[in-house]
Amino acid sequence: MSSDTTSDPADRIEHYMDTEGDAIAENTRGFNDGRYESTASLPEYERLRDQARTIKEDAIDRLPELIDELRATVEANGGTVYLADDAADATAYIREVVAEREADRLIKSKSMTSEEIEVNEALAADGVDVVETDLGEWVLQVADETPSHIVAPAIHKSRDEIAELFADAFDPEAELETAEDLTAFARDRLGDLIEGADVGMTGANFIAADSGTMALVTSEGNARKTVAATDTHIAVAGVEKIVPSVEDIAPFVELIGRSGTGQDITSYVSMLTPPVDSPVPDFDADDRPLDADTDRSFHLVLLDNGRMDLREDDDLRETLYCIRCSACSNACGNFQSVGGHVFGGETYSGGIATGWEAGVESLESTAAFNDLCTGCSRCVPACPVKIDIPWINTVVRDRLNRKKADPEALGWVYDELVPDEEPGGLSLQKRLAGNFRTLAQLGSATAPLSNWLANASPVRLVMEAVADFDRRRDLPTFAREDFYQWFKSRDGAAVDPADADRTVVLYPDTYTRYIAPERGKAAVRVLEALDIHVRVPDLPGSGRPPLSQGMIATAERQAEAVADALQPHLEADRDVVVIEPSDAAMFRSAYRRLLDEEVFEAIRAQSYEIMEYVYGLLETGSDADALATPPADDPGVAYHPHCQARTIDVAEYTTAVLESTGYNVRTSDTECCGMAGSFGYKSEYYELSMDVGEPLKEQFGGTDRTVVAPGISCSDQLEALLNRSARHPIELLAP
Amino acid sequence: MATVESPLTTFADRLAAYDVSLTPVAPTDAQRAIAELLEPPAIGVPLPFEDVRLPAAVETAPTTADLRDARTGVTPGALGIADYGSVLIESDQEGTEPISLFNERHVVVLRRSDVVPGMPEAFRYLGERARTDGASAIIATGPSATADMGALVTGAHGPHEVAVVLVDDQDDAIPIEPPADGSSTGDEP
Repeated sequence: MSSDTTSDPADRIEHYMDTEGDAIAENTRGFNDGRYESTASLPEYERLRDQARTIKEDAIDRLPELIDELRATVEANGGTVYLADDAADATAYIREVVAEREADRLIKSKSMTSEEIEVNEALAADGVDVVETDLGEWVLQVADETPSHIVAPAIHKSRDEIAELFADAFDPEAELETAEDLTAFARDRLGDLIEGADVGMTGANFIAADSGTMALVTSEGNARKTVAATDTHIAVAGVEKIVPSVEDIAPFVELIGRSGTGQDITSYVSMLTPPVDSPVPDFDADDRPLDADTDRSFHLVLLDNGRMDLREDDDLRETLYCIRCSACSNACGNFQSVGGHVFGGETYSGGIATGWEAGVESLESTAAFNDLCTGCSRCVPACPVKIDIPWINTVVRDRLNRKKADPEALGWVYDELVPDEEPGGLSLQKRLAGNFRTLAQLGSATAPLSNWLANASPVRLVMEAVADFDRRRDLPTFAREDFYQWFKSRDGAAVDPADADRTVVLYPDTYTRYIAPERGKAAVRVLEALDIHVRVPDLPGSGRPPLSQGMIATAERQAEAVADALQPHLEADRDVVVIEPSDAAMFRSAYRRLLDEEVFEAIRAQSYEIMEYVYGLLETGSDADALATPPADDPGVAYHPHCQARTIDVAEYTTAVLESTGYNVRTSDTECCGMAGSFGYKSEYYELSMDVGEPLKEQFGGTDRTVVAPGISCSDQLEALLNRSARHPIELLAP
Repeated sequence: MATVESPLTTFADRLAAYDVSLTPVAPTDAQRAIAELLEPPAIGVPLPFEDVRLPAAVETAPTTADLRDARTGVTPGALGIADYGSVLIESDQEGTEPISLFNERHVVVLRRSDVVPGMPEAFRYLGERARTDGASAIIATGPSATADMGALVTGAHGPHEVAVVLVDDQDDAIPIEPPADGSSTGDEP
């Protein structure tokens, strides 16, 4: 997609951050804010999302019969349906139609599917003048660039750059300065080109099988003109755009603009049942009555191009539910920094692009950008059809890992550090990050030596030299006495089970256990102050690190080990409480993919994030006076919620609990801190990670508030950004 | 937005949010109200409503040249969609689609009884019309717009201004006032 020649990933990312990053960041963050605002004003939002999801599931399930039904309705209306196997098949058919019409010029409205089949190039080779009429697409056509965003394709270009481009390309009589000037100029110029066009090509956002009606969601009016001004209409659409009925399109019309650019609705939703019955204006013989000619032809090109295979793929099928609203791009911290020229493949960009590119292009076309999904999961609640986009990225990462891995590769010299289920030859950086638990155990066992001799410690050495972790990052310091050992060596639980309200199994997650035992100790003190009997058993790692690296088999094995170890506690009706939010999100959400449904449900139903649990205790009568309160001159708290905690809807409990104990809380509205587990440690992503964290710096830089962040890697990132240490909120409550 | 407000109040509020003017009129006043909204030259489609005629200044049998040169296009609207401040413009052989699209100002004439609360109702109507008559329609909300030139601009390929004339065809209806300050309007019981 990108036209640069740099091959080093870090240089490439930096190049685009420098040249396009500002415009991308401003626009995507604006869209994202707009989404929050617009969806909040729709009381039916969640019900509509459920409805939209159900419609798509049903439509993809019944796709072959819907294609047959649609073919029948379109033909009954007087149109033609061509089911194209692939891009070459589709363009060959379109070229035939255009040649038969003896068309000199074809005008287009914006369509990603038409870009997928590269129809412009194919038609140009036949001597057809292809004109993009969407203003953003036209700018890119003039500039000979590719879209950086699936909805707002020229989002990376500033007004000044467009003015310069027009000045160079057209030498306009008057200087074009304002956005109004540029729009008026483009409208006039394109207006002339539209008058001389013979064929109009559109995409389709949705197509109803029951009537052959297609929806086009637009704002400029160019799609309307594309259809109205030409007598031959070609619509190019992926087969996944079909829904059973016209009525089924309604929820999508309510959701698509809100989800994408934050508009309640776009200016125009064309609901066309082609061939349409509008008269065809004759711009050559313009003294004829407007309604003299109503003869129109219509060709619907339905594109398979890998989609029917995607439909059979249990892990990637959901991609076909995508309505291409761009919410996952706009909500993504990394996308906000780099845009679609970096975070994208041949045609598609953003979080869902991994599914599309893997489906319609190849696994390889996802390789350069798949790692940019950090699994922060902020796209999940943004997606109007509830696609598990992080899972799609994880599955594709796993497939890439396995494809790149050399099955002949011998075991690696540090094999004891990577006791995983993955093939030999997998990227060492990924394997080390994925086996973080083992590293942490080693680091903790050799602490304080491993910390004193930081540069000589085996962990640091391996991380830096072998795995290319960035030198500018402080690596975690390991605790000599880990949290589990500390608890075991205590003189038993402070609250006897007989006197306790509840019994809690406090999960000793890898980070709390080996790196930040102080938050574990604080959690124990808080729970005991609230009359809870606390147990800290020796439980295995959650599987989060390998899952992040796309090492699904390893993550599954670890999830199963956790499930086995938790089983007696769940059977004894103990509550499982988790301090690290990314692990809480494993138990509450990601395990759905890794465990049997029943096993997952049992864990999900009985596990809580620590602040959520404390909130529940306080709400059900526990005495908040038993907890620490802020001093009179407390400067307040600056709270950065964890991305995954927000997605599983537990982040607000921290605010509620801190406020109820007297803290003044300011919460960041940044989707993700940029660190995202091991992502920000990697050399090639260091700069990007710091850029993603920039809004946090803007919001909290210079604050004298106590910085709190429940995620361990978020707190590392906040320390790097703010030069201040960050604490887990539970530490503020510990008596 | 599915509020306790009457759909008409919601409709008026939403239109105002998109800077679309709303002129509620009795059928007898419709012709004069439309005339006041014309920026000449004007072209239009004959209205399918009983008792409402277009002003003489509106050319109802335009040529393509008229389409190109007109400043105002007057068309009927099939529905108003209250929750969104949208109007449903149904395509026909008389040219409602091009006449509502190519000119700077679009004047939509709508019957009060055709205002529905939300999208589900509009799509039930659309579904029926599409299946039985192969109808096509545009759900139009506010003027055309683009953000592709570095800032939000009103008036891209389509109209720059939209005006709605709401013809009161219900005798027992509560009169609604046009928004005095352009920001909101409400039923005055």
